[in-house]
Amino acid sequence: MTDRLGSGWGSRIDRSRRFDFRFEGRAIAAHPGDTLASALAAQGEWVLSRSFKYHRPRGVMTMAGQDANTLVQVGDEPNVRADLRPAAEGLEVSPVNVLGSLKRDSGRIIDHLGRFLPVGFYYRTFFGPTRGSWEKLWEPIIRRSAGLGVVSLDPTPRTYHKATRHCDVMVVGAGPSGLSAALAASAKGAQVMLVEREPELGGALTYARFDIDRTEAEAQLQDLRARVLADPNIECLLGATCNGRFEDNWLPILQGDTLIRVRARDLVIATGAHEQPAIFRNNDLPGVMLSSAAQRLMRHYAVRPGRRAVVLAAHRDGYLTAFDLQDAGVEVALIVDPEGRDGDGFNAECQRRRIPVLRGATIESARGGLHVDRVTIREGSGTIRHEACDLVAVAGGYTPGYQLALHAGAKLTSDAEGLTFALTGLPAHVHVCGAAQGLSNLSAVIDSGAQAGLRAVTGAADETPAAVPGWRRAPRLVPHKQGRDFVDFDEDLQAKDIVNAVADGYRELELVKRYSTVGMGPSQGRHSALATARLVAGQTGRTLGEVGVTTSRPPFGPEKLGLLADTTPERERHTPLHGEHLSAGAKMQPVGAWWRPFLYRGNESVAEGVTREIRLVREGAAMLDVSTLGKLDLRGPDAAEFLDRFYTMAHAKQPVGRVRYCLALNEMGSILDDGVAYRIAPEHFYVTATTGAVERVFAEMMLKKTIWGLRVDIQNVTPTFGAINVTGPQTRAVLERLAGDVDLSREGFGFLDGRTGHLAGVPVRIMRIGFTGELSYEIHAPQSQTVALWRALRAAGATPYGLEASRILRLEKGHIIIGQDTDALTTPDELGMSWALSGKKPFYVGRQAVAMRRAIGQARKLCGFTLPDRSDLGESALVMKGGQPVGHVTSFGFSLTLDRWIGMAYAAPEDAVPGQSLRLRRFTGGEVEAKVVPLPFYDPENTRQEL
Amino acid sequence: MKLMTCPMNGPRSIAEFQWLGAVQPDDDPQGGALVERLFFAPNLLGVLREWWRHTPTNTVFIAERHLTTNEILRTYFHNAGTDSTAGAAQ
Repeated sequence: MTDRLGSGWGSRIDRSRRFDFRFEGRAIAAHPGDTLASALAAQGEWVLSRSFKYHRPRGVMTMAGQDANTLVQVGDEPNVRADLRPAAEGLEVSPVNVLGSLKRDSGRIIDHLGRFLPVGFYYRTFFGPTRGSWEKLWEPIIRRSAGLGVVSLDPTPRTYHKATRHCDVMVVGAGPSGLSAALAASAKGAQVMLVEREPELGGALTYARFDIDRTEAEAQLQDLRARVLADPNIECLLGATCNGRFEDNWLPILQGDTLIRVRARDLVIATGAHEQPAIFRNNDLPGVMLSSAAQRLMRHYAVRPGRRAVVLAAHRDGYLTAFDLQDAGVEVALIVDPEGRDGDGFNAECQRRRIPVLRGATIESARGGLHVDRVTIREGSGTIRHEACDLVAVAGGYTPGYQLALHAGAKLTSDAEGLTFALTGLPAHVHVCGAAQGLSNLSAVIDSGAQAGLRAVTGAADETPAAVPGWRRAPRLVPHKQGRDFVDFDEDLQAKDIVNAVADGYRELELVKRYSTVGMGPSQGRHSALATARLVAGQTGRTLGEVGVTTSRPPFGPEKLGLLADTTPERERHTPLHGEHLSAGAKMQPVGAWWRPFLYRGNESVAEGVTREIRLVREGAAMLDVSTLGKLDLRGPDAAEFLDRFYTMAHAKQPVGRVRYCLALNEMGSILDDGVAYRIAPEHFYVTATTGAVERVFAEMMLKKTIWGLRVDIQNVTPTFGAINVTGPQTRAVLERLAGDVDLSREGFGFLDGRTGHLAGVPVRIMRIGFTGELSYEIHAPQSQTVALWRALRAAGATPYGLEASRILRLEKGHIIIGQDTDALTTPDELGMSWALSGKKPFYVGRQAVAMRRAIGQARKLCGFTLPDRSDLGESALVMKGGQPVGHVTSFGFSLTLDRWIGMAYAAPEDAVPGQSLRLRRFTGGEVEAKVVPLPFYDPENTRQEL
Repeated sequence: MKLMTCPMNGPRSIAEFQWLGAVQPDDDPQGGALVERLFFAPNLLGVLREWWRHTPTNTVFIAERHLTTNEILRTYFHNAGTDSTAGAAQ
């Protein structure tokens, strides 16, 4: 059975159609246009949820999606605001935070134990009674009782979308000021986007009365709405929330399952105002609601908010709501006005309507079980009076919709009593108007919108508005001696909790907030911030102006993780030979963004495969895809000079056709990167960099080139070239089988030489360098022809090998990997690489720092060690000395060639000497002794690579 | 997300830029002066000159940014006449 008001009420519902949804298993009838909360209220279902801490019954409070009372679960979707979510046929809606049923909640017992949960309860209690109490005792209890909805572990898949838009002017809020701002900006030629959280334009014009006679509001609504809808320059986004303001007006707009990221040149904040509740005992009972909520229920949904009402009018809107209620057929038992005089001039109208007004009085408490059934009023004389009612409409005054302005860096200031507010200090291109600016008179609101729209086009800055009266009286704020006078409904905080927080020594608002958790719930202080500030001001003998209001940060309202999730696919990089590896049966491995072959595996185990590949390199001819190497082309008259400054070795006198090791340091003398430089021509170097560091090295090169003003052109040609390192004692024979114009003989192409020519018809740059310690030729070819070269090499007898074998081979040869064997502090001296530091050059990056660090002395040194078995060690195992860690293992593996486990580790310099020993900590505890040996482990005379 | 005016490409989203550190004198400090350069960050409440790079086009330039307001006041090339005023130009 539903109870709806007659025609003239319910602008949003279509009474000609009806459908059902289910709430806690009960069928609820709804019309199209209803929200879940309005349909429930129409059927007399006023209890929507149970409160967070005390499990108190809660119902409609704002009807604007601004409170936590209406949070419900819809199917597997938690935390749905019932006063925003449109009702739809067949929805399964259930209440949250309920033990048992909504009307018989066994958690309600906590309400009667409330005195055991004082403010700071969590903060103070969980340190005891013993160490470990938190994990063993408290956390399980809290995990069971905390949180509101239930997250489904098997949810219905849902797709979220992102869009990016631009506009000249973004207007947030389509109330009277927002509509007129959009029209004014559009009239000056701006492209305007207008964002409104409600499903229709108009804001307060759609539900509020504005005056005794509503004719003007109705006329303005029709006129502004029609003009905006007809304006081709204005795009309206309804049911959309601007959830924050970021730098340069970067604005996230949430609309359903879409996140629209808008870059607006100018932003007009027309977010209106938040009506404030009043503080009295049991002010949270269902049936106690904001005056605007009662008006929304009637005008939007034709829902009768009650049968007999008491109205608390701390603002003129209280009187206007009383008139609305009476017009809708609700008996208005009493208007309670905290002020002694007829400040709003409604006396005559109240008399005409025979509505009794009690001046200089306050509501002290409400009473009722699941719904309010009477209120206790204290008259100015001190007389106590009771009034039966099933509706308490509270007009507690307003705070501006300040959130977006505060995100933009503005300050919210108020007078001493918190009756008038102003937003000051807005940055350029941000404007505020209407109720958000502190205005309440309709024509002033519309006018301020038009001015803000104009400023948004002309670029004029906002001036600090003069404070406008109209927020004129604050209801009494004295904690009730029996409590249950809620300041923060989300967190179940009573007035005395705030008072006690101050008594516990937290005098500043930001500290009170953190100690008590006030304002931390879903409504983010929209209804608690002002009352809290007033209580703190009262307790500390300061004015509200001195205490201030807590700040506001994005997001304004709740947002789903699905909207935030990055949906761009993960970037993968493939070398030109990727397809060759896959068809050869390679097991691939990600290395940063790249995918590289780990092992070409036949019918063998991984260990057998790696062993086979290592043998192949040591005895035959093998090849590794090294296309991921960073490659840089440097050309110009100052190319050699540039390399001399950027790297530690000497390049100015490097002969054409020679390859030289490169080591780059940062200004601190730590190793940045390494590679090789091949001088192709007097003014042309081809330089390699580490796979993972090339972007950084390239950026650093561009910066240094700019600072030094050198004539050199630097190109990052990493993806332009593929690269294959052919290695093993049989390599020369394999290469000589290919047609080419490069002399590959030992005499004609020595170790560390570079040649440019053709091989198998492919243009190549060849360098005699390698990582394995064997005879090696590193062949770089245009990426488009790398596959042809690879196939020719295979046909000539080279067999591919993978990264795991490569890792062992390079370790046997003692080659370091930047980033694995080095960290942000590693110096060349610690690696025993002083040979790479030119003593003759007057300058290279890091030269001064290397000298200074050398003077300080070394704390560690990298050395090689061997062990007969694995010993439960691995990379990152600690090197111990006297029970203290002094270093760690950087590389570790089994050497087939040496038939021993080998590794490199940082150790104390006195221990990092061949013949000494290291104490290494096993992963599972205990220490093992390892013998320090000279590096490299394999072929120390370098005879094999120089074959 | 912030905007920055590249002297080559005009106003672009800050995500396209790479920060390369404060502009330092082009010298080779030693001893205490080097230690100060490396480890003393003045963190001033005022305008800092910084190196930035527009990564898609590999353009290195200087920006003047106010560290209190995060406002980018000016961007321009090193040792060049091309000058672009950011912020007001957006």
